Amino acid sequence: MAGGARAEPGTGAMTTWTADEMMTVAAARALRDGARCFVGIGRPSTAANLARRTHAPNLVLIYESGTIGAKPATLPLSIGDGVLADTADAVVPVPEIFNYWLQPGRIDVGFLGAAQIDRYGNINTTVIGDHYGDPTVRLPGAGGAPEIAASCREVIVIVKHSPRAFVERVDFVTSVGYGSGPGDRARLGLTGRGPVLVITDLGVLEPDPRTAELTLTHVHPGVDPARAVGATGWPLAVAPSLGVTPEPGPAELAALRLLERQD
Amino acid sequence: MGVIASLPEAVTELVRDGATVALEGFTHLIPVAAGHEIIRQGRRDLTLVRMTPDIVYDQMIGAGCARKLVFSWAGNPGVGSLHRFRDAVQRGWPAPLEIEEHSHAGMANRYVAGASGLPFAVLRGYVGTDLPAHTATIKPITCPFTGEVLTAVPALNPDVGIVHAQRADRAGNVQLWGITGVHKEVVLASHRSLVTVEEVVDELDPRPGAVILPSWAVTYVAEVPGGAHPSYAMGYSERDNDYYQAWDAISRDREAFTAWLEEHVRSRVPAP
Repeated sequence: MAGGARAEPGTGAMTTWTADEMMTVAAARALRDGARCFVGIGRPSTAANLARRTHAPNLVLIYESGTIGAKPATLPLSIGDGVLADTADAVVPVPEIFNYWLQPGRIDVGFLGAAQIDRYGNINTTVIGDHYGDPTVRLPGAGGAPEIAASCREVIVIVKHSPRAFVERVDFVTSVGYGSGPGDRARLGLTGRGPVLVITDLGVLEPDPRTAELTLTHVHPGVDPARAVGATGWPLAVAPSLGVTPEPGPAELAALRLLERQD
Repeated sequence: MGVIASLPEAVTELVRDGATVALEGFTHLIPVAAGHEIIRQGRRDLTLVRMTPDIVYDQMIGAGCARKLVFSWAGNPGVGSLHRFRDAVQRGWPAPLEIEEHSHAGMANRYVAGASGLPFAVLRGYVGTDLPAHTATIKPITCPFTGEVLTAVPALNPDVGIVHAQRADRAGNVQLWGITGVHKEVVLASHRSLVTVEEVVDELDPRPGAVILPSWAVTYVAEVPGGAHPSYAMGYSERDNDYYQAWDAISRDREAFTAWLEEHVRSRVPAP
């Protein structure tokens, strides 16, 4: 696992929480009730399951194993755990999940992680290093991400903030965000809007509507915006009306901790 | 014709050095025991094909069975990287590994084309990514009706397709259910096939959502209870998540891996 900064506990009136918990809670809140959500394993899955247990009981969880409308009582370790198939509204073959459900734009939100992300929201999960054939680090690869990033109506990315992850240009474009700037998605024929939120352990980045460049729009409680700027490998723009994420509530934290304890 | 055979017999008959072999399973019903048998028989220079190469491919790559990997996501699901795969790609141990890299949508469609008797499949995919620059089997294609530019990927027709399933009857008809992944596609796309099953029964009673592969569409069937472990067979076993987590440490180190392989695969004799 890529090493990040030690979680900095925040202190609320009722309780304390970690930066990791804040990130997961912020991601969960971004999912509206009833949305159809294509879920990757790990933190996206934790966040989506948290949303379903708190404000979005009708969230439709779709995993690339072909499980549509999964309602797992415990967090799955993989995208194909038995609990997903057991609780799904439908289990479809893998070609079908991509061709019939994802490709035509039937899925509202794609939830992705990243090893690297750049100022235009392009994602790398393939190789670190300058040479594809002789990489410094070989990563798992694309999986479903390129088509999720292309065809979901919008994309939310969850990634821990560090200069290694937030780079000026990704070493390899596995999944397209805004390419090299405004207009690229339309030119490439990508049907979805692209990444609308990038949620980190320090705050939230959103594409500037004019330049498509990822811009810091919120910090989590207690985070100095300079820290987010310092943890970003390009001169990170900060929105003039910088917001502060509401801290995790007791119900959110209780539900999250219960989920993670069952893992 | 769905001949019921022992696992060693079927693997000996089907898998030759240099063959293109696909052992498929999307988390569920992964034919792990068949992969171990290929390792025991010392097969070399295989082109291994799989959407989600996980632990069993890590083991086969580390054991030196593979020359090339055709894939879309090579990792230990929910845990992290595949260390034997990484060692082969980054440092050529135990042998250099050529890779042909796709996305899941591309690989799934390649199997569909292979099963359909078509030379290629069409999808909306890969556009704007760096994959087409590094993978020769991704090309643009223009729709003859609308003029829209889409992506073409060639059919996959492995020499041998291998999957695990819940059950077969004595005639070699196969039944599987739960997450069925690309099981049907890989068996139909491959020139010859092997299905390992949890049990051979007198009669296949109907199951909701089950896939049936008629005996005449399968080459060999071998009864291998637990043959998907640490993956699982819905209705028979649970995914052994502890094993997946333990694999990370075992596979990180060449010596630990080699000792593991000797103890758990090479020195084990499967039931005849």
